[in-house]
Amino acid sequence: MTLKPPVSTLDHCFGNPEAAIELVEYGDFQCPYCGRAFPIVKRIQEIFGNDLKFIFRNFPLSKIHPEAKSAAVATEAAGLQGQYWEMHHLIFENQRRLFKNALMEYAGRLNLHTGQFEADLHNPGLIEKVESDFESGLRSGVNATPTFFINGEKYTGAWEGPDLENFLQQELAKSKNI
Amino acid sequence: MAPDFTLYATPDQQISLHEFKGKRLIIAFYPADWSPVCGDQMALYNESLHFLHRNNAQLVGISVDGKWCHLSFSQDRRLHFPLLADFEPKGAVSQLYDAYDERLGECKRVLYILDEEGVIRWNHLSPTGVNPGVDGILEALEAMNNSKK
Repeated sequence: MTLKPPVSTLDHCFGNPEAAIELVEYGDFQCPYCGRAFPIVKRIQEIFGNDLKFIFRNFPLSKIHPEAKSAAVATEAAGLQGQYWEMHHLIFENQRRLFKNALMEYAGRLNLHTGQFEADLHNPGLIEKVESDFESGLRSGVNATPTFFINGEKYTGAWEGPDLENFLQQELAKSKNI
Repeated sequence: MAPDFTLYATPDQQISLHEFKGKRLIIAFYPADWSPVCGDQMALYNESLHFLHRNNAQLVGISVDGKWCHLSFSQDRRLHFPLLADFEPKGAVSQLYDAYDERLGECKRVLYILDEEGVIRWNHLSPTGVNPGVDGILEALEAMNNSKK
């Protein structure tokens, strides 16, 4: 299954934009599995360095994770102040504390303009961005979180253990042989 | 034409297929309440209702679990669509739709889409361990929209 739509400038991209490997995660900030995947992805980013760019798209399952969507909007709100990934990291490191006051506390820790951040938690444009990420996930065949896409194709192997890293190494080797 | 049926949706309320006339209906046969994959599948559908409703489609889940089991599962997962109990006689409706696994005594993981007149327009069988997601349903509904134009 392919990623729909492909990665664009609307996405948050971490790492070398020209990297041979494009790793997209559809995730939910309140999902414990995504919490477990967070250090794995971080490690992969360290291992692959300039050979990998990482994109995170929101896939909040709001009915079972009532704070997931507001946490996703909070990362977008931090993004407006240039600190998307910093907030992304803080939230995954503090996954059990995602209520409004906690989000405000994280904004303070990142020295964001907290008044603007608080207003942006209700910014319709940001809410729409999160919802359109979700819809793109549905259309791309995301059926659980986290779901990964590698160079536009859904990754169906295991993400815990060495499989994901091994798969990425193979993809990298392929890209260098072309 | 999809075969009509009447099943319990809550402990004291039954739903019949013909009540959905005028709307498209997605019927999701699934093996069991509480099992992890079904849980994910139903949770995903729960989050996707808005996109289904936009295409004039309603959704029901059907398994051989009893109405009290469905009630408990549905409340736990905060589901906003009905789960129908194909409980007595066990699996009778699922058999009409070729969605019953006699060896396991459970429903297979089968999706149907019925149009506004109750005609089957799309179906899909997934391996029991695989959550089929929503992409196939959305594509089928949108193809139906286009064929109407």
